[in-house]
Formats: sequence, C-alpha cells, structure tokens
Amino acid sequence: MELFGIPMSALLGQLLLGLVNGSFYAMLSLGLAVIFGLLNVINFAHGALYMMGAFLAWMGLNYFGINYWVMLIVAPILVGLFGIIIEKTMLQWLYRLDHLYGLLLTFGITLMLEGIFRSFYGVSGQPFSVPSQLSGATDLGFMILPNYRAWVVFASIVVCLMTWFVIEKTRLGAYLRAGTENPKMVEAFGINVPLMVTLTYGFGVALAGFAGVLAAPVLQVSPLMGSNLIIVVFAVVVIGGMGSILGSILTGLGLGVIEGLTKVFYPELSATVVFIIMAIVLLIRPAGLFGREK
Amino acid sequence: MLKKLGYLAVLVGALAAPMFLYPVLLMKILCFALFACAFNLLIGFTGLLSFGHAAFFGGASYIAGHALKVWGVPTELGLLLGVVFAALMGLLVGKLAIRRQGIYFTMITMALSQMLFFVFLQAPFTGGEDGLQSIPRGTLLGSIDLKNDLTMYYVVLGIVIASFLLIVRIIHSPFGQVLKAVKENEPRAISLGYDTDRYKLLAFVLSAALAGLAGSTKAVVLGFGTLTDVHWSMSGLVVLMTLVGGMGTLLGPVVGAIIIIALENKLGDFGTWLATITHIEWFNTIGESVTMVTGFIFIMCVLAFRRGIIGELAARIR
Repeated sequence: MELFGIPMSALLGQLLLGLVNGSFYAMLSLGLAVIFGLLNVINFAHGALYMMGAFLAWMGLNYFGINYWVMLIVAPILVGLFGIIIEKTMLQWLYRLDHLYGLLLTFGITLMLEGIFRSFYGVSGQPFSVPSQLSGATDLGFMILPNYRAWVVFASIVVCLMTWFVIEKTRLGAYLRAGTENPKMVEAFGINVPLMVTLTYGFGVALAGFAGVLAAPVLQVSPLMGSNLIIVVFAVVVIGGMGSILGSILTGLGLGVIEGLTKVFYPELSATVVFIIMAIVLLIRPAGLFGREK
Repeated sequence: MLKKLGYLAVLVGALAAPMFLYPVLLMKILCFALFACAFNLLIGFTGLLSFGHAAFFGGASYIAGHALKVWGVPTELGLLLGVVFAALMGLLVGKLAIRRQGIYFTMITMALSQMLFFVFLQAPFTGGEDGLQSIPRGTLLGSIDLKNDLTMYYVVLGIVIASFLLIVRIIHSPFGQVLKAVKENEPRAISLGYDTDRYKLLAFVLSAALAGLAGSTKAVVLGFGTLTDVHWSMSGLVVLMTLVGGMGTLLGPVVGAIIIIALENKLGDFGTWLATITHIEWFNTIGESVTMVTGFIFIMCVLAFRRGIIGELAARIR
C-alpha cells in the first residue's frame, strides 16, 4: 500500500517515531509550563535534568544492576529531589528580580551538569538496551509496531493526562492554579506558598527525569542529549503558549508528528520545521496557539 | 577625570600589548570584546536578552570567509558583506522576536538561531562539521598586506576602537536615551508616544550588525569559520562575558571577554597544575570540560555578583 508514492509502513513508522519525539516534547513543555506558571522562571536546566534522568537509569543498571522498571520510578524521584535542592539553595533568591536571571542561572546549571557528565563519560552515547519485556515488535498487519516505542507514547500520554487531572480537577491543583494567578492572596488564606513553589519545581523536573528514563533506550544516553532537545522544546512552548496544560500536551505531540512526517517527505527540512512553524505562528498569532498575553 | 585616565591606560595597554603577548590571541580577544560590546548594546542599554547572537557572529564569519576565499573579494568588502548579512539576519530575527515580550523574546531568538545553525550545518559552502578552512587575509585597501600578525593586530584594534566609539555615540544619542526609557519602563515610553517596537528593532539590527563585524573580523584573523561560532553555546558565552564584566557598563564586556578567553586558553594548564599539587587525576580533565567552569562562574555571577566587575568598581568609586 502506498500513499503519495511512499510505502505505508514507512510512513506509519515515521509517524510513530514522531509521536515518540512528540511525547518527549509534551512532557518537557508541560513541566516548563507548570514551573513558569508558579515561579515565573524559564527552566533552561530542564534539558540537563532530562539527561540526568537518562543517565541515572543507565548508572542504576550498569553500576548497581537495578532494572529499568525500578529506575523508571527511582530516577524521577532523585531528579525531583535534586531540583528541590536547586530551588532551595539558588532559585528562591531570584524571584524578586527580573525573570532573565532565572534563565541565566538555570543556563549556568545546565553548563555545569553537562560539563560534569562530559568529564566522566565523554560526548559519545552510552547504549541502553530495551527492557526484555518490551523488546521485539508486534505485527499489526498494516505495520510492524516496535513494542518499546508504543510503550513510550502510552506511558507519556498517561503521565501527561494524570498531570492534567491533578492540576485541573483536584483541590491541590486548585491551590496551584490560584497560586499562579495571585500568590499573595493564596498565602493570605493560610496556604504555604513557598512550600508549594518548591514542590512544583521538584515535580516539574521529575517529569523531565521521567522523560529521560523513557528516552534512554530509544536515543543513546549522552551528556548532550538534553541541550539539543531543550531548544526545540522552547520553540514548542512559544508555539503553544504556556497558558494551557492540554494545549502544551497537544502542541508537543502534534509537532512531533509533523517533524516525523517531514522526515518522510522532505528530510532536509526535518531539523528546522519546528522553528519554521514557530515563525509562522508568531506572524499570525503572536500569543501562541493556546496562549494568552501575560 | 578618573574615567579619562582609565580609558587612556586601556588604550596605551592595547597599543603596547603585542610586544608582550601573542598577537593572534590578542586579536581573538579583541574580536570577542567587540562581540560582547555589541551584545551589551541590547542587554545593557535596551534591556533585551538575546540568546541567539551566535547566529550573527558565526553567520557573518561564514559569509565573509566565503566571499574572501571563493569570490576573492578585497578584505574590506568581505568584512562589509559579513556585516550586511548579519544586519539582514538581525532584521529578520528581530522582526519576529519583538512580537513577544520578556522571556519569550529570549526563547524566540534562541530558537531562530538554532534554525540558522541547522541551515549552516547543511549548507554546502560552510563545509559542515569540517568548517570553512584556509580563508586568505588578503590586503587592506589594496596596499596593506595583512599576512603580518602585527599589521593585522593594529587593523583589528582600529576596527574595534571605531566600533566602540560608535556604540558610545549611539548610547549617548537621543536614540540611545529612548532605548534607555524602553529598558527602564516600556509602557511609560509607549505612553509618551514612542513607537518602542521600532526602536527595539533598530537596536537589535545595530547590535546584530556589530556582532557580524566581530565575526567577520575573527574569520579574517584566524582564517577559518566553524560551527562552534554559530552554536547556542557561543550565544551563552557572550552573555557570560557581558555578565562577568558588567551589563550596562561601557568597558565591562571588554573586561569580561579578556577574562573568559584567557580562562578558556589557560584552564587546561591550571587543571594540570591542580592535579600535580593535589594528586587528583580528575583535575587533568578540566581543560576538556571548560563548560563546567563557565557554568560555575555563571551561577556565581547571577547569585552574588550581578553588577559584574566594572559595575562593582563603579559602585565602589561612587
């Protein structure tokens, strides 16, 4: 079966790969949006913490023999704790200053983390094999579906939807949304806003860590895997706008798919297509697809 | 008075420096000093943080290098082509980026410059991963041979000083005063009747063009253009230079450039020295991961030292 002269199976394969990348975009931009909402900080270190999550999974397996499934839970928790330390020792001193300083600080943290991992592991990627339960592929008749990739898409959509549910539908999420609108007022109602800010940052970066563990078997684990991703995620955030949780998820997945399709039809453009879309969105709708001017 | 003496000392130092130090290193420092000054025109005097200046710096160095090497144009025309290219790119990126405010502006500049990075990576004339090699220095105005390092040094010094004076002029002009108003309080500047977007765009283009001049000069001096110069880490480096020296001060970026370039060049030796006195093998690798140290300086500057060196000095003297 063919579509526009391209075999259907190749098309679907790239579509799935696009969805895999899109789920990383979705998880990272979601974390960025949640952090930005409450802290007014663009967390440049998001990419580095994603890389850290992948490396923790790799280290767990290679140094301690802890399997993928345990690290899928443990690594995000460790990354989250690391984030809490960052917030408590550094970020919290910058809230009263211009937003730019938050970006610059987290940029410095990124450089340091990457430098440390590079000094130990070099720039080449470390292989990480797919867990045995998910190796192999399922023949769906119209395409061969690699099990692990399907799992990445499934797991990230579940995590994203859970995040959406917690923020939009629970009491905790209501506090969070209120804090985004007016932190002083929320504090006056007796809610510990500084604690909430710390936990939000921890949760946001834990999402990045989770994405990192998911990515480890698909992409190679390398110190630079995060910084290449984070700039694309910035473009995703500009396209989607940071106002809406579901908007972040949809924009991330959608752009991943578009990128995957570009790889089939016009490979030369696949690295830049997201940026081109960003430029077009800026011309037509500067606030972003789901955004509102803040 | 003190200020004038300071500038005079810097000038004398710059004129005498090649007698004591390797001219090529000095020229590299000068190019980065100009790059940082151009960047400072935006962050320090207009309040816009661009995280995409590498695209103008490195892009111009590719264009100037290509023009000199393949088209065989005179050196001054090559430099000019680099500047024109950077200005056009600045117009394009600026037009898009000023549609959003604050932190979004920064993210857009970063994303667009990453796009240009991929364009340069794939474009055939840049040589991709290998870079653009063996760019000839040529002759200036058809008569001055630039192959001699010392001659080249004084030409570069002339370019940098002229650009520096231009920047000082811009800042103190009525146009510069409007930029300052935009930085301090943009809504108020708008309500006073200024079309702030146009001022911001012009500042962006000027800054990009000067960054392009720095980049093309660097290509002529070193004889090559590389992907490193268009990579986002280069945009980060120029932010760091400006931050270390002092944002919004005239000489700060120059001081920052000297410190950061010297650090990059000498860090390996320092690591080896640390390793010999502490017997910790790991210090030997510091030279290879300069980013770790630059990252650390970044964090320290943001947390405790936001005025930078010149900013602190000025505050002390006052």
